Formats: sequence, C-alpha cells, structure tokens
Amino acid sequence: MSRTVALWVTVGLLGFCVLPWYVLEDGLWSFEWLRDGYPFDLDYAPGLFLLLQGEKLWLAPIPFFLLLPILILNASKRNPLFNWILCIAGGLGLFYLLAQGFSIGIRGWNAEIFTQTFGDLGDRQFGFGYGAMLVGAAFLFFLTTGIAARGVVNGDVFVVGSIGFVIGLVSLFILYPVLNMLSSALQDNDGAYSFSLFLSKFFSDKIWGLHCVTENRSCGVAWNSLILALCVGASTTLLGLVFALVATRSGLRQAHLLRPLTVLPIITPPFVIGLAIILLFGLSGAVTTFVADLLGTNPTRWVYGLPGILIAQMLSFTPIAFLVLIGVVEGVSPSMEEASQTLRASRWQTFKTVSLPLMRPGLANAFLLGFIESMADFGNPLVLGGNYDVLSTEIFFAIVGAQNDQGKAAVLAIVLLIFTLSAFYAQRRWLGKKSYTTQTGKGDSGIPASLPRRILFPSYVLVAIWGSFTLVVYGMIVYGGFVEVWGLNHSLTFKHYITAFDIGFNDNGIHFKGSAWDSFWTTLKIAATAAPLTAAVGLVTAYLLVRQNFTGKHAFEFGTMLSFAIPGTVIGVAYILAFNVPPLELTGTGVILVLSFIFRNMPVGIRAGIASMSQLDKSLDEASLTLGANTWRTFREIILPLMRPAIVAALVFSFVRAMTAISAVIFLVSAEHNMATSYIIGRVENNDYGIAIAYSTVLIVVMLTAVSLTQLLVGKSKTGRRVSSANAQPV
Amino acid sequence: MTAQIESKAASVEFKQVTKIYGSEVTAVDSVSLTVNAGELVTLLGPSGCGKTTTLRMIAGLEMVSSGAIFIGDKDVTLLPATDRDVSMVFQSYALFPHMNVFENVSYGLRVSKLSKQEIADKTNTGLELVGLSGYGNRLPSELSGGQQQRVAVARALVLEPQVLLFDEPLSNLDAKLRRQVREEIRELQTNLGLTVVYVTHDQEEALAVSDRIIVMRNAAIAQSGSPRDLYEQPADSFVADFIGEANIMEANIEAVDASNELATVRLGEMQLQLPSRGIQPGSAKLAVRPNRILLNQTDNGASLPGTVHKCTYVGNHMEYVVSTNHGDWFAISDDVDNVKEVGQSVFVSFRDRGPVLLPD
Repeated sequence: MSRTVALWVTVGLLGFCVLPWYVLEDGLWSFEWLRDGYPFDLDYAPGLFLLLQGEKLWLAPIPFFLLLPILILNASKRNPLFNWILCIAGGLGLFYLLAQGFSIGIRGWNAEIFTQTFGDLGDRQFGFGYGAMLVGAAFLFFLTTGIAARGVVNGDVFVVGSIGFVIGLVSLFILYPVLNMLSSALQDNDGAYSFSLFLSKFFSDKIWGLHCVTENRSCGVAWNSLILALCVGASTTLLGLVFALVATRSGLRQAHLLRPLTVLPIITPPFVIGLAIILLFGLSGAVTTFVADLLGTNPTRWVYGLPGILIAQMLSFTPIAFLVLIGVVEGVSPSMEEASQTLRASRWQTFKTVSLPLMRPGLANAFLLGFIESMADFGNPLVLGGNYDVLSTEIFFAIVGAQNDQGKAAVLAIVLLIFTLSAFYAQRRWLGKKSYTTQTGKGDSGIPASLPRRILFPSYVLVAIWGSFTLVVYGMIVYGGFVEVWGLNHSLTFKHYITAFDIGFNDNGIHFKGSAWDSFWTTLKIAATAAPLTAAVGLVTAYLLVRQNFTGKHAFEFGTMLSFAIPGTVIGVAYILAFNVPPLELTGTGVILVLSFIFRNMPVGIRAGIASMSQLDKSLDEASLTLGANTWRTFREIILPLMRPAIVAALVFSFVRAMTAISAVIFLVSAEHNMATSYIIGRVENNDYGIAIAYSTVLIVVMLTAVSLTQLLVGKSKTGRRVSSANAQPV
Repeated sequence: MTAQIESKAASVEFKQVTKIYGSEVTAVDSVSLTVNAGELVTLLGPSGCGKTTTLRMIAGLEMVSSGAIFIGDKDVTLLPATDRDVSMVFQSYALFPHMNVFENVSYGLRVSKLSKQEIADKTNTGLELVGLSGYGNRLPSELSGGQQQRVAVARALVLEPQVLLFDEPLSNLDAKLRRQVREEIRELQTNLGLTVVYVTHDQEEALAVSDRIIVMRNAAIAQSGSPRDLYEQPADSFVADFIGEANIMEANIEAVDASNELATVRLGEMQLQLPSRGIQPGSAKLAVRPNRILLNQTDNGASLPGTVHKCTYVGNHMEYVVSTNHGDWFAISDDVDNVKEVGQSVFVSFRDRGPVLLPD
C-alpha cells in the first residue's frame, strides 16, 4: 500500500468532511466556531455538510477527485495506472478547486460571461478556509506523487513533493499577485481592458517628464528614482570598497572594528537614519541652526529632497556594499599579487592591473545591490523626500492618499518593477556565474599586498569621516528620544518612553498602558510566526537548489530569488489588489503580514541555506542513501542537524527583517494588526519625533539583543569539522 | 554479541550501460561487465576514464542513460540508491560528523528498522571486526584517519550488503598505512566472501588487492583480467604503459609459424622469437618491462648496442636510460654495486618471457 497516497487522501478527507470550508471571520486562531453551530452553520460548515444541506452544490465534484486515488491504493508504483490516476486526480482536482474559487465570488459569478451562459447563480461564496487549504494541499501532493511515480527525479516522492510545494507557494504568493497587478494596470476604472489607456498612463508626463532639464520644474518620478539609485549605487560601492580595503589590506590593528558595521543595517529600521538626518540637518536640526547662527542666515530646508535621501541611503546601504566587497577583496588570491610584484610591478601597478580587475564582477554586484535597495527603499524618501518624489513613495500616495487610484499605483509599481527586475536580471545574467574570486581550495600561503599610499591615505580619511558620522547619527537616535521637543526645548526627559512604554498594575496584574505596546506585541508575534516559516521555506528551497537536479532548475531558482528584486511597495500593492477578494481573502488579517514577510525574506533563508549546504560534503547525503535511508530521512537526520547554525541564522535574520520592514507592511496593516514600523511612521507624519525616535531606539536594542544572543549560541555549536558557521548575508 | 556479519554476496552485471551527462559528455560508453559473487574486482584507470561513474551506477547514485544493471538475478536499473542492497565506502569516508561512531555504524540498521537488540549486536560485531570495539562513543573528529576509514568500512559491512563498493578508500591515508589497510580490506573480503567492487587509480594497489582488474580508458573497458595477466600479457600499449612501466618500441613481425603461435620479430639488429598472440606479420609494437632488460658488456648475438645516457641511484636499485639506434630504453638493475657510468657502451638484451608483442 502506498502510504504517501493514503496520508494525502486522509488529509484531503479531513479538510472536506471535518474542518470549516470557508475562511473564518475571527481569524485562523479563533476556535469560536467549535461552539457556535458547527458543523451545520453555513459559515462554519465543512464542505461535506454544505453539500448535505443542499448548499454550494458546485463543490460536489471535489470529493470525487479526493476519492479517486483510493482505487490505486494497493497498486504497485510500477503500474502505469498508478501515476495516471494520481496525476488526473491531483491535476484536475487542483484545477477545479481554483477554477470554482476564482469564478464564484461574493456577488455570485465573477465574470459576466458565466452569468450569461449559466444564468444568475443566486448564491455566493467566501475565501478559502482550513478545509479548502487542506484539500488543495492533498490535490497538490497527489499530483507530485503521480509525477514522481512517472520517474521524475528518480521517482523521489519527497523531492518532487517539495519542488511542487515551493512552486505552488511562489506562484500563489508572488507570481499571482504580481500578474494580477499587471492586469489591473491594464484596466480602466470600470474594469474594462484598455491597452491604450495603459500606454498613456505608463508614458505619462508625471512619470517620464524631463522638465528639470529645461525649466525649473521637477522631473518625472521615474527619472528621480533612477538618478537617486545610480548615485546611491555608485557611492555605496565606492565607500564599500574603501572600507573593505581598509578592513583587510591596511594592516591597521583597529580594522576589525569595522566589521560590526555590517550588523547596523540589519538591525536598523530603514527610516531611522532619515529621522536622525532630520535631527541634524532639518529645519530645526542641530547642525542647521548652528550654521545659521554662525553665518547669521535663516535656516533652510535644503536637506529635504535629493541631498537628504542620498545621505540617508548612503548611510543605510554602505554596510551592505561593504559586506559584499569584503568577501570579494578577500577572494583575490594573495599569490597573484605576489606574482605581480615579483614581476617588478609596483604596489600601485599591482593594484591597478591585478587586484582591481579581479574585483570587477564584485564591484558590479555591489553596485546593482545598492541600485535595487535604493529603488526599493520607502522609509527614507517618505521621511526626507520633500518635493522630490520617487516611485516607491508615489505608489504609496496613489493608494492611501485622497486619490485612491489603484490603477495608477499599479502602473507606477510596474515602472519600479521594470527597473529593479532589469538590475536583478543583469546581476544574474552577467555576474551570476562569472566570479574571478580565486579561491582554489588549496592553501594559499601568500600575504595580501598592502595598499599603495595614494589609495591608503584618502581611504583612512573617508573611513574616519564616515565612521564618526555614523557614530553621531546613532548617538542622535539615542539622544533624540530623551529630548523634550527637538529644536525648541532641549531639556532631557523620559516623557516619550513613558508615553510609549508605560507599565501599570491593576487587578489583573501587569497592565501595559503605553501607546506603543499594542503594535510592539503584534510585531513580535507576527515576526516570531513568520521567522520559522521563512527559514523552513528558504532552507527547503536551498536544499533543492544545492542538492537536487531537475529540469527547469534555473527557472525555479530565478523564481524563488525573484522576490528579492520586487520592492516592498510593489508587493504591498500587489497583495492588497490580489488578496482583498475571495478565494484568498486575507486583507486586514495577520496572515497577510506573515505571508508578505515569508515571501519578502525568503531569499535570506535561501542564501543562508545555500551558503551552509555548499560546505557540506555531498558524499554525506550519498552515504546515507546507500545505507538505505530515503531522501526525506536523509534530509531530516543528516542535513538538518548539520545545518543548525544556518537554521538559527535564517531564523534570526527573518525575525529581525520582519521587525524592521516597512514598505510592504504599510499597505497591509490594519487597526487590529498594527506593526511597530507603521506606528512610528504615523508618529513621524504627526511631527511627533520624540516618540518615534524613542520607539526606534527600543526596536534597535531588542534586535541587537536578538542578534548578539544568536551569535553567542551559534558560536558554541559543536558539529564536527565539515561544517562552518553560515555566513548569512542580509541581502 | 552473538550476531554474525554474514555475506549475502551477489553478482553484478552491466549490460551495454551508457551514461551521458548533459547532452555531450559520455562518461561511460556501452560497457558490459560481470562481477562474480564473492569476487574482488578493481576498476582501474586514469582520472576521467569513467570508473567512478561506473561505481556510482552500481550504487544507484547515478542513473544509467541506457542499458541495464543486474545485481544477483534482479534488474535494479531503475531502483534508486535507497532501494538497492549495496553499501559504499566513500573516498572522504562521509562519516556523519554529528553522530558518534556507534550511531554512524548503526545508522543503516536503524533505517532498516531492526530491533534494538539486533542493532546493538550487529553494530558491536561490526566494530569488533574492524578492531574498534570500545570506540563507540567517540565522534569521528576524535579519530585518526585510519580509524575513520575503518568506521566507514564497518558502517557498510553491518548491513550485509549484496555488493560492497570502495571508492578510492586509501587515497586519504599516508603511504605506510595504505599497505596495512589494503591488506585488512582484502582479508575481510576473503574471510566473509564478499562481492567487492573497488575503484582506484593506483596500479600497485590494484595489483595487490584484486581477484580481477578491469582497466578503463575513455569511458570504455580497455582490458579485464587477473593482475598477472594484465601485467604480463597487456592487450595494448595503453594497458602496458598504465600498469607498471614499459618500454614500448616499434617492431616488425617478419613471419608467423604454421600453428600461428610463434612470431619472428625484427627489432633493429635483433631478431626474436615471441608468442604471436594472434598478431599477423607486419608492423607491431613490443613492450618490455624495465626490470626485464639486461645490460651486458658483451654482445651475445641477440642484443642492441647502445650507450648509457642517464644513470640514477634510487636506493634499492639503479635506473638507466640507454640510447640505441632503435630508441631510448629505460632499464632497472638490482646491481647497485657495479654501476655503469654515463657514456659507457653496453649491449641491451631481454630476459626470457620479457618482451610482449602488442598490436600496432
């Protein structure tokens, strides 16, 4: 008997006969329905009970597909009937499930053509609930088991199932929302498709206008974003390279102090730097007022706009470039430089003709990363943008502002997506495989060439300036939280902390009175829910990418890493457009936040997994297989235990990124599920900087604690020689 | 501790097996071979000849592109590694670093869902067999290279596989240990009557451990036979050169006798009577092992005159290169006391059963 098939038939029947078919209004974790008329109440009834009561008759074919595999429960896997029946039951079942979900919505038939063909339905349905999810999973795994039985990937049920699972998730939560958004960009306000309207929106003057060249007006938002991203990409790459050179090649003993810098962007919410810039250079900022007093002029708002965003993004993203380039610089084999020097090249010639060309792909990589990060950044332009509109903020205002023009938001999102995807594609295409890093696996005993003087001294100066500036900025963030009203009254106070995080006692024990507690707990809860799921999806994907070979692996890899190139604002817009209506009715719930985190941060988990899995000798898996264990058992007993450091790293990074995320979150929060970052942004918009900064400081401290604790724990892990701790990167 | 490790040795048969990677690279090209039950067969060849791929196809770690594989009487062509009754000792040993020795050795038994008692008994017997009783609680990283290797052997043995595979098991050991370990492996194999397929690129190792050697070249089998056959009767110049060193010279077969057994061979000034090995008159090659060459002071009638060109002392013997009108000869002499000087004239001749005819 095939136990896999029996398992999924059981799961499917459980979903159809026992659990509520439709989504529950009170959320996934409420169990009110158990006491409230279940199983006959139509809101809570399982599919079977709906049918028995003569309701929702279009669900009737589903049990047929669910029961079909019972026919072959005892058949041999070699029997051609086995795989055909599974493929048919799974494929058609899944298709029918989705088709009925998408064609019948809240107002009956979703499309005019069905009403004309079949007449008015006189009934409606809601989003998929527990029952529908389980049935969908059962169909998916029928299909993958059937495909496996046809001999794909050596007939490995676990591997084919995992591939199917990841593809299913990525299609449902990345491809579907994005494509759905594209289609909504093609529609006019009445829902009719109009390509000419799309073109006129797409090439609108507000997006592509070039007025800033000829007259004193601002250019289109696309140009603004592009100029900003190019500047940020170039400057962060340069700074990152300087830092990496100083950290590894200067022979300076204090150079290791630069490494902790790499942690900063991970634990800093993206707009916090922007806030600090305002405290320094804003209208009532410390530096602005000081300079104005000195020169006897009026303070200006010069920082709002391109200069401010540029400074803030450089501060935020240089550490990321540093992180990438430090690996690149270390990857240049010292013996090549030594060879060059023995061939009578000077230090400067060696650097110019050997070291730098070897780093070229790494530099391009860092540039593209900075470009994408800058394009996607939402927090800093929102706080510092002034009249300098960029795509990410413009999308936000198209949705939340007075305009509420989803079509415009979708068009802007497409423009943004085109930029980031092109950069992402360029990065994969040119640089994905081309690596000049020259580690051979053989010991390389050479000593890295020290830097030529004409590079070394400017580097020191830059590093010193940048380092002290960073210190000032973070000092500002801490200090700003204790100041009464910035710019007016600089007396110290705990007022903001008390307003936000007051704790009182009443009859029920501790009472969290502060205004920030609600969003703080929600954030922790949602981040903690998302983290293990992100890590799990990421690591399974990494396993498939590193350890398995299957047709379409490149497309699979591209698809799973794609979400890295989709800016958060785009995901946010896409999610509210796609998941506002059945069959996936998720807006306003915590689930949609969790989902957005999982798929936004999936690349982090994948990278952590790939980094650590590539260090595991593949013969470990093979040894386990030849000893009679199947792939699932090998994954569980050999790979997972050996990947513990990577798992912990993935958990922490996804947790921390979920806590600092703002761009997608701001579209998806609701009164019930408010997140810390969107609460802070709300305070900033009310010019309530004190609380915003105090709250940011608390977040930074919480995340710093989380990251340090992990480093301690992972540092202690004891896992033999072949494993080295994962160098997970936050990019 | 009553458990016995028994042998369920079975034969292995390849029928026209081909393995193609991607669309271009043919790693194994239409190979047919048989390994009898209880036999130790070595796959020998230079790197990239397809020997490791062949081994991995027996294990089920690679799937054939075409052809069929039988283990015992059963067609296992489509079975993945998990479902084949084959275990393997990996070049890197592949011990699970997070499990101790006992857990490593018992892993396969636990996967096969034996009773706890059986698992413990068999594991202990296995450890005893490789001389590691009492090491059960150590982690692999706490063992020496040789000990790790034995754990890997024990782990493969306790499953009583139909076929046991070794992928260059000695390559991570230092030279002195190699001899000892290969003798242990051979002893275990003969005592338990195991079917073993062994991959190596070291011809001396292959000659020492094997019942039979299969020499591979360019994804195909070059020759198969007992160690002595291969060394003394190589099928072609590749095998002659790969197994041991050989002087391979152009020669001419002047005639073959009526019974088609004895050939008259002309090599420069020399005429030789050699087994014809089915080669017809015409040009051919002659292979002579360096230690089958005699360097005399006088012409015995069947020799080539030459001059000593190089002379190297390597401890237990002398190595010479002698230039003649018919090529340079590499010769080894055990006589380290009477050294021939560079420039000295000598006469090159061969010991009985020395030269072997090869097809051109």
